[in-house]
Amino acid sequence: MSTASHPHAGHTHDPADAHHEDHHGPAKGLTRWLFTTNHKDIGTLYLLFALVMLFVGGAMAMVIRLELFQPGLQFVNPDFFNQMTTMHALIMIFGMIMPAFVGFANWMIPLMIGAPDMALPRLNNWSFWILPFASTILVSTLFMPGGGPAGGWTLYPPLSLQAGNSFPFTIFAIHMLGMSSILGSINIIVTIMNMRAPGMTLLKMPLFVWTWLITAYLLIAAMPVLAGGVTMLLTDQFFGTSFFQAAGGGDPVLFQHIFWFFGHPEVYIIILPAFGIVSQIIPTFSRKPLFGYAAMVYATASIGFLSFIVWAHHMFTVGMPLAGEMFFMLSTMLIAIPTAVKVFNWTATMWRGSLTFETPMLFALAFLFLFTIGGFSGLMLAIAPADFQYHDTYFVVAHFHYVLVPGALFGAIAGAYFWLPKWTGHRYDERLGKIHFWLSAISVNVTFFPQHFLGLAGMPRRIPDYATQFADWNMISSIGSFGFGLSQVLFAYIVFKTIRGGAKATAEVWDQPEGLEWTVPSPAPYHTFDEAPVVK
Amino acid sequence: MHRVATTARQPLAGLILTVLALPAQAAWELNMTQGVTSISHEAYDLHMLVLWICTIVGIGVFAVMIYAIATFRKSKGAVPATFSHSTYAEMIWTIIPTLILIFLAYETAPALIRIEDTSNSEMTIKITGYQWKWQYEYVGQGYSFFSTLAESSNAARQLNSGVNPRNVGNYLLEVDHPLVVPTGVKIRYLLTGSDVIHAWWVPAFSIKRDAIPGYVNEGWFKVDKAGVYRGQCAELCGKDHGFMPIVVEALPRAEFEAWLTTQKLAATPATVAAN
Repeated sequence: MSTASHPHAGHTHDPADAHHEDHHGPAKGLTRWLFTTNHKDIGTLYLLFALVMLFVGGAMAMVIRLELFQPGLQFVNPDFFNQMTTMHALIMIFGMIMPAFVGFANWMIPLMIGAPDMALPRLNNWSFWILPFASTILVSTLFMPGGGPAGGWTLYPPLSLQAGNSFPFTIFAIHMLGMSSILGSINIIVTIMNMRAPGMTLLKMPLFVWTWLITAYLLIAAMPVLAGGVTMLLTDQFFGTSFFQAAGGGDPVLFQHIFWFFGHPEVYIIILPAFGIVSQIIPTFSRKPLFGYAAMVYATASIGFLSFIVWAHHMFTVGMPLAGEMFFMLSTMLIAIPTAVKVFNWTATMWRGSLTFETPMLFALAFLFLFTIGGFSGLMLAIAPADFQYHDTYFVVAHFHYVLVPGALFGAIAGAYFWLPKWTGHRYDERLGKIHFWLSAISVNVTFFPQHFLGLAGMPRRIPDYATQFADWNMISSIGSFGFGLSQVLFAYIVFKTIRGGAKATAEVWDQPEGLEWTVPSPAPYHTFDEAPVVK
Repeated sequence: MHRVATTARQPLAGLILTVLALPAQAAWELNMTQGVTSISHEAYDLHMLVLWICTIVGIGVFAVMIYAIATFRKSKGAVPATFSHSTYAEMIWTIIPTLILIFLAYETAPALIRIEDTSNSEMTIKITGYQWKWQYEYVGQGYSFFSTLAESSNAARQLNSGVNPRNVGNYLLEVDHPLVVPTGVKIRYLLTGSDVIHAWWVPAFSIKRDAIPGYVNEGWFKVDKAGVYRGQCAELCGKDHGFMPIVVEALPRAEFEAWLTTQKLAATPATVAAN
């Protein structure tokens, strides 16, 4: 386990030394942010960008839930509805949750392993600045003739090939977002492998660093596969190839295999960093070391490995041979084991601890309960004969939103509250944080739990209008979603209030937390660990 | 019943009226239905099995979490222990889920094999998905027809149509020509798509399979009980994906034969020639 206290890192404790750092402080004005190679600046950029995109993607979700508030079409036509579901997913996955976690990685990995910065600072700048441009291109497709992509974020051909002239922009944006992720991952791997402080062996790294190391490998393996798949879509559309067009001898199902070979690791790319954050928070507020550290590392690695051999469980209805269905069903069920180990270890960490319930801990606990519910529905979906009923219904929508919203997003929010005092030097408003927590935790369940019922009752996903027997739960779900959307405005307010001021945070912030990041002052000076600390 | 305002200008009025109307039309369905085919019974039983396993494990795990949260509080003076692992405990909670999964696989695998066994079917129906309708062909009978959304639903589902969907019979789940099948007969279906991928889904049969251009997928069902069963396209297929329902009318065998004979006689030569 990473232990932090040692005399050599002491110079950052001393205000006199902080003054000494001034000569290479941040540049002034806009150029600071444009040209910065500082991991803290870039981390901040990533996090703020993700916060903005949370509201862009969230606004699309509000359009969806508004139209689904009652049966009949009241606000948007079906084609625009499909553009909203497609863009909501693309924005939330590639523009919000992934950048948020890369932001955490930028800020925290160098601080946690005792490195002065990321290994490749200029690459770091570039991998961030690709993002706003890629996202702008993606969102701009909505305003092009024919509208944005409307074939679902999974881009299944032949439907996705019916897109309008905005299609190449969509593909290009996905390429850029993927490139940003790959560059970020290379940087993270090189940093972790080469820049750990003396004594910080791999099995002493904080779990957040571990989960990101594995995530970065998953990204490097999975993203090029997506890039290949969408490029083939592009040539099918514009250069006369027929990779996926049956009329030309191509195979529409091949795309689904390519897509999900990327798509399933992507699921874990999204959730593993949240596992890491929760694994930092629960021990801190339990005042007890993480239970089963080694098992947690191995469980993360096995989830990473398994993620590459389960992809076709997204495709049980395409008509695979029996042997294929059997293999993907059984391999998917296996994932339940390392996931269960993680949940048990977090619980055991709290066992006989001394718990307090500050906002980061509240969000981590909600993660623990609600991610487990998403895990259960995931196990149900693995059962192929039952999946024939669940597939492409609101049951699936409920499942992956439980994993992504109270899972990944709550993990990110918990991390934000946990490290905001370290980033800003101010304590956030604990009372407002708790209000934000309770509003979010209640409304997220009101939104997504009824969607299980809708799916089981037979409501397909991705439909703008529905039969009247689905009306009641849809209304409840919409009301919940409006509440959840509004609650996140409060989150943005709390974040900006904390940036602007608040009670001074100490270096440790919390009650004797473990880790090198708590040995530097709050806010963390612009440059930290110029001299490597020694970890015992 | 209140007429629900459907224009964009009156969302608030619509909201209030609809909330008031809620108790009048309870459809708070919670669970999968058992269905009317042997496949649907298997799916339902497996669904309930895994749901109960999850529920029991969930109650156990959540109980431990809640106990920990309620008991080991600093505010109650809890002093943290220092243990950080226990090989014993970790072995136990790795082995128990493994055993549960082996049991689940043991229950599930044979069911999957039975579901995929299309042998010994007595008749074949070819189903083709189009944007946005279905075509049904009774293979070997020279009879086929298209099935599209009923006009009453189609009128009501237009943007700001002013028609309350609650006043439309089987809103979005009614077609002009339902598929008619005999009960008690093992029917093999062949499934393909003509333009994009669709998916044919009747929840009461527990059949959901993709209709993919260039592929012919197959499966089977045997309806136990006469009746009308409704479903929808389950794979996003474009703007009217939500508006290509499936209606299957299951008739006793003799009635079905009589129906088919009448239909074949009445069919125009053009329809027959198309196949």
